[in-house]
Amino acid sequence: MKKLLAGAAMALMAVTGTASADGHANYPERPIMMMVSYGAGGATDFQARIVTMTAGNEDALGMPIAILNKPGAGGRVGWNWLATQAEADGYTLGAYNIPHFIAQSIKGGVEYSAESFEPIANWGADPAVFVVGKDSEFNSMNDVVEFAKANPGKLTFSGAGLFVGHHIAALQLEKASGAKLAYIPNNKGGAGAMKAVIAGEVMGGVNNLSDAFRAREAGNVKILGVFDLERNDFLPDVPTLKEQGYEIDNASVNFRGVMVPKGTPQGIIDKLAATVPTMFENGRVAGKMKAGGSPMHIMTRDEVLEMWAAREETLKELLAGL
Amino acid sequence: MEFLAYMGDVFIPFNFLLLLIGTIGGLILGATPGLSPTMAVALLIPFTFQLEAAQGLILLGAAYTSTVAGGAVSAILLKIPGAPANIATTLDGHTMAKKGEGAKALQLSFLSSAVGGIFGVLLLIFLTPVLAKWALAFGPSHLFWLAILGVTVIGTLDSSSVVKGLLSGCIGLWLSTIGFDDIMGAQRFIFHPALGGGINIIAALIGLFAIPQVISMFAKGRVDSGAEVIEVKKHPIGSAFRALASHPRALGIGTAVGSVIGLIPGVGGQIAGLVAYDQSKKFSPERDKFGTGHSEGVIAAESANNAMVGPSLVPLLTLSIPGSPTAAVLLGGLLIHGIFPGSDLFDNHPDVAWTFINSMLIGQVLMCLFGLYVAGLAARVAQVPQSVMAAIVLALAVFGSYSVQSSMGDVYVMAALGTGMYFLERFGFSAAPLVLGLILGPIAEANFIQGSMIATATDGLAPYFLTGVLNLTLIVIVIASIFYSVWMELRARRYTNKEEMMT
Repeated sequence: MKKLLAGAAMALMAVTGTASADGHANYPERPIMMMVSYGAGGATDFQARIVTMTAGNEDALGMPIAILNKPGAGGRVGWNWLATQAEADGYTLGAYNIPHFIAQSIKGGVEYSAESFEPIANWGADPAVFVVGKDSEFNSMNDVVEFAKANPGKLTFSGAGLFVGHHIAALQLEKASGAKLAYIPNNKGGAGAMKAVIAGEVMGGVNNLSDAFRAREAGNVKILGVFDLERNDFLPDVPTLKEQGYEIDNASVNFRGVMVPKGTPQGIIDKLAATVPTMFENGRVAGKMKAGGSPMHIMTRDEVLEMWAAREETLKELLAGL
Repeated sequence: MEFLAYMGDVFIPFNFLLLLIGTIGGLILGATPGLSPTMAVALLIPFTFQLEAAQGLILLGAAYTSTVAGGAVSAILLKIPGAPANIATTLDGHTMAKKGEGAKALQLSFLSSAVGGIFGVLLLIFLTPVLAKWALAFGPSHLFWLAILGVTVIGTLDSSSVVKGLLSGCIGLWLSTIGFDDIMGAQRFIFHPALGGGINIIAALIGLFAIPQVISMFAKGRVDSGAEVIEVKKHPIGSAFRALASHPRALGIGTAVGSVIGLIPGVGGQIAGLVAYDQSKKFSPERDKFGTGHSEGVIAAESANNAMVGPSLVPLLTLSIPGSPTAAVLLGGLLIHGIFPGSDLFDNHPDVAWTFINSMLIGQVLMCLFGLYVAGLAARVAQVPQSVMAAIVLALAVFGSYSVQSSMGDVYVMAALGTGMYFLERFGFSAAPLVLGLILGPIAEANFIQGSMIATATDGLAPYFLTGVLNLTLIVIVIASIFYSVWMELRARRYTNKEEMMT
């Protein structure tokens, strides 16, 4: 159905031609596409589908949003496409993952940077947490760091890959604790990294709060710390890394939101920036997100712009040595 | 026996209607080239928003099982494997269809799918706790050896000689390195932005299998198209049952290999069919007939790829870890209703869990019945004149590879690989080992890198990769498999030499 909608949108695009110059008062006049740079069924795709499901309502955009998946290379394929090939006419949106795309653009080899996109609004914030198997001898981050200091480079812990939130969290932990750690990136993303922890292939792991929460409910892991500024509503009993004495901020938190390619008319950006956050606030959306264990964090365009700039600075500093 | 208590829920009229829609829709989606089971299930997720949790999962479960089986339809009739799981089915299935035995091939594939599938789901019902441990037992070093075991199969799979098989396997391995590498993010062989994400496996499958035959159909021209029309033999369903019963070995090997390999997260579904095909070939006294339209080939491949469906859900349902892309999509379908897989699912929502599992069981039967019903009709596809057929297959190939991720880049990849394969085939190379290389390359590489990172941080490379019961067992099987291939090759050479001397 989404495919059909996307197809219909494409056909309409060809018929109606270029956008009118009436200050975009009638925007949107046809269904909108939103590119998700991860596969169907992943956490980003799953959340993107939920938060956009009310787009067709009269009090929202009045037009449905169809999801278009362009997975590959940790999101690089989709964001390359959005930066270079997508039309900046307001009918092609994209989902962003911070710190992923900013870290990738700092590392290089991609055709985008934070300047290639204009943020619209943020819908979710999934902090990274530190997990260990349920039978692990570690019961706090201090236990973990103590072991790592006694056995430099021997503490193996998994994460979803390089230049993603988990990797940033790992770098921060290494820096703040001063211990040498062995971060093992997994090629199967967060799920693969979690499996490595549960199966005992590694001694611990950095993972998404939402997935770790589920794994703890299933009785498979212990969660030792949250890489965020404050404790999370889903895990009120788990202290932050900061509380445990490590100077770690929220730079690794996986922020998800909506953006458009640079060059999209300002009138459309303003309209989207005004409407989209209220769309996220819809009760049905919040209910489904909560049921799925996905923490919501709604931010407006101005707040997101500020967050992007701050992230870029921290990440440049963190990744400088790599 | 808890599952029997919830069996009635499947037969509530509305639920049963959903089951029918899921099964028949799944068969059609599965038979459409380019629509893999993962995508079919993902496309259905939005419809489950409005349904109750158990109903939504009935729809998804039925669709999952029948798309896997539906993939055999395009594999047999058009030589386009719908998903990696169906590669092995094309090898004998399509040859049978070309001989006019399409109806028989389809009936056998649906019957063996049902047998394998039901066995797999029963394993899921009765042995889940044991299987969950088994699924976790495979770490990076074991997956690496498993991939190497797959590589040893390459030489003997559907090629005129071991050397050519290995060569095309190497081409596949090379193709698999294209793109950003999974772990380090390094760029390799990216000549064009379309290759950034690597070679998409579905697009590659369509190109490698379908395009060479399209080119040869066009190359034949229209001169003798009248003489080419195949007589489609009618095949009564009863004799399909008898044919299935007369090949218990292929059915047994397929089912066993499918359920064991299907369980291993991230590896199973893609190679189960090929490994089962290769094993039944090695154990069969009629191994020379494989690849020439032999029933055993279809039976082994299809029973394996459906047997994997049940076990592949074990890591998801018990540990809450999606073991395959399709399982990840199903996880989304559960989460949307606020249900967490794992102990929560079976303790607090047994009605959802067991109705879902039952629907896969009943879905297998319905899928088989419906498949048998249309098999005779569908086999008539073989009668379509070649020139028309070539155009249809070409159109489906373009549509299929585009629809994977709505990208023209995949269409170019499909066309380029297909054209290349046409010339390779003329020199006796074959697509199946190439695809196997493409699938196994990333598994071997990523697991070796991960394993070596863990190993260097802990007890060193050699102890990590070469000790432990599971590692050693796998290594022994690898060595045995290599020796078997060498021995068979030598024996075959001796025979041909003798024959040549006699003439």
